Amino acid sequence: MIKVQNLTKQFGHKRAVDGISFSVERGEVLGFLGPNGAGKSTTMRMITGFIPPTEGIVSVGGFDIVENPIAAKKLIGYLPENAPAYTDMTVHGFLSFAAEMRGLRGDTKTKAVQRAVEICFLEAVLHQSVDTLSKGYRHRTCFAQSIIHDPDVLILDEPTDGLDPNQKHEVRQLIRRMGEKKAIIFSTHILEEVDAVCSRAIIIDRGRIVANGTPEELRRKSDWAGAVTLTVNGIAANAIEQKLNQLRAAKKVTATATGNRVTATVFPRTAGDGDLTREVIEATSGWQVEELRTEEGRLDEVFRRITLPDTKN
Amino acid sequence: MNSLGNIKTISKRELSAYFTSPVAYVFIVIFLLLNGFFTFMVGGFFERGEAALTNSFFMWHPWFYLFLVPAVGMRLWADERRVGTLELLLTMPIAPWEAIVGKFIASWLFLGLALVLTFPVVLTVNHLGSPDNGVIFAAYIGSWLMAGAYLAVSCITSAVTRSQVVSFIISVVACLFLILAGFPPVINLLQNLMHNWQWLVGTITSFSVITHFAGFEKGVLDSRDVIFFLSVIGFSLFTTSVILRTHRTS
Repeated sequence: MIKVQNLTKQFGHKRAVDGISFSVERGEVLGFLGPNGAGKSTTMRMITGFIPPTEGIVSVGGFDIVENPIAAKKLIGYLPENAPAYTDMTVHGFLSFAAEMRGLRGDTKTKAVQRAVEICFLEAVLHQSVDTLSKGYRHRTCFAQSIIHDPDVLILDEPTDGLDPNQKHEVRQLIRRMGEKKAIIFSTHILEEVDAVCSRAIIIDRGRIVANGTPEELRRKSDWAGAVTLTVNGIAANAIEQKLNQLRAAKKVTATATGNRVTATVFPRTAGDGDLTREVIEATSGWQVEELRTEEGRLDEVFRRITLPDTKN
Repeated sequence: MNSLGNIKTISKRELSAYFTSPVAYVFIVIFLLLNGFFTFMVGGFFERGEAALTNSFFMWHPWFYLFLVPAVGMRLWADERRVGTLELLLTMPIAPWEAIVGKFIASWLFLGLALVLTFPVVLTVNHLGSPDNGVIFAAYIGSWLMAGAYLAVSCITSAVTRSQVVSFIISVVACLFLILAGFPPVINLLQNLMHNWQWLVGTITSFSVITHFAGFEKGVLDSRDVIFFLSVIGFSLFTTSVILRTHRTS
């Protein structure tokens, strides 16, 4: 549905987006990750046709966004950053306007507005003016606008920003549900969202794609992938460290003591090595182990490592 | 193909935005008060004893519009950019010119409404004497066209900046130029300064709204005057589209 080839945007001397290529098919939810200023919003603005690319091609449903913008835009629903909405209108007025702009009239329009209101839980504020809404409601109003014409493609720029935990949960559920039938791109800097919602994630840093894969694949790049954490009672921290360091599959061991109890983590030589867990279990037989678990890898650690190469240790 | 529908939708939204905020009411009340005051107190409508509105009523319009029209036009694009709704509007399946024309038409219709509400003046003059209503009608048309030209200039300044105040000030200055270029004291000054370039003085004067409005006030619907106002509007709206495009590319 969405095809992006070698997309580049130059602002003066600064390359905000630098040769990005990817594609999203129907039924996929693509998470767009990256530090602030990495080029997420700029990329989304080019995909939606708000700003023209300096170089590269965007096609949505087969239509080029520069050559054939109106046909492409018809397929897209877009929630811009900060969820802007006409503050002088009521929620109902705003959604009716959005529906009309999408060419919906009469009965179809009424039904479309009703549907969007139900999906986004806006009944309570339907006749309230947008500028009196709380941030969460305003966000959902703008979100409702983006799905009013039941588009095939949804581009959501930080859809959960500024929502409370319950609302975040609802929006994530919503995105996941809609992702079954649509092609969705959404940006976030909340890493749990990637697990909760995405079928695939792309990490962007300084305008380039630095990682692209399923959340599991990304997590496996972490130092933590396959690491073993255990809590032991009654043995000194340095003794534990010494013993575990001798394991064939172990790369590094950290141990911290709290009172009588020591929590140690053994990192694998190769990420995701399943042998390590077995070796640790063998080595600790006879110890008083209270807890032992194999880590899946941490997205935040992967994220930090590939977006900040200078502080890598 | 569906341009008309899009323009209508945008105009409708824009017009309703005027009336859901106090802007519209404040504007109309002030416009009518100013008209009443200047026509009857300053313009000396009764003392003149003529059954016409040219010298007592319409002659003030270029000056009222100087302040009032930029106040109507300043929010058109500046606000849209400040709030971020521009991003919504321009990612909808419409052509940018449809949005520009739609928003312009809404504001122009609003100014037309304010103008129509001055009808008691027409009733008064018809009650007291027997004026040439054709002349009055022509002057109304001219006044509305002139307001449109000011409004289109305000569209440009509104697209230039995010700040409504800056937009207002720049468009007042630009509109002031449109007036002063045909203001007799200024023409005299120019003629004295540039006696070797009388053609230049002529060119500058021809940009004045006052010169072109004068014909309408006399009841003459000269196609050149109509074309002047329409081309100022057309040119300004085109410039607005160029400015909006420039903002998006850089």
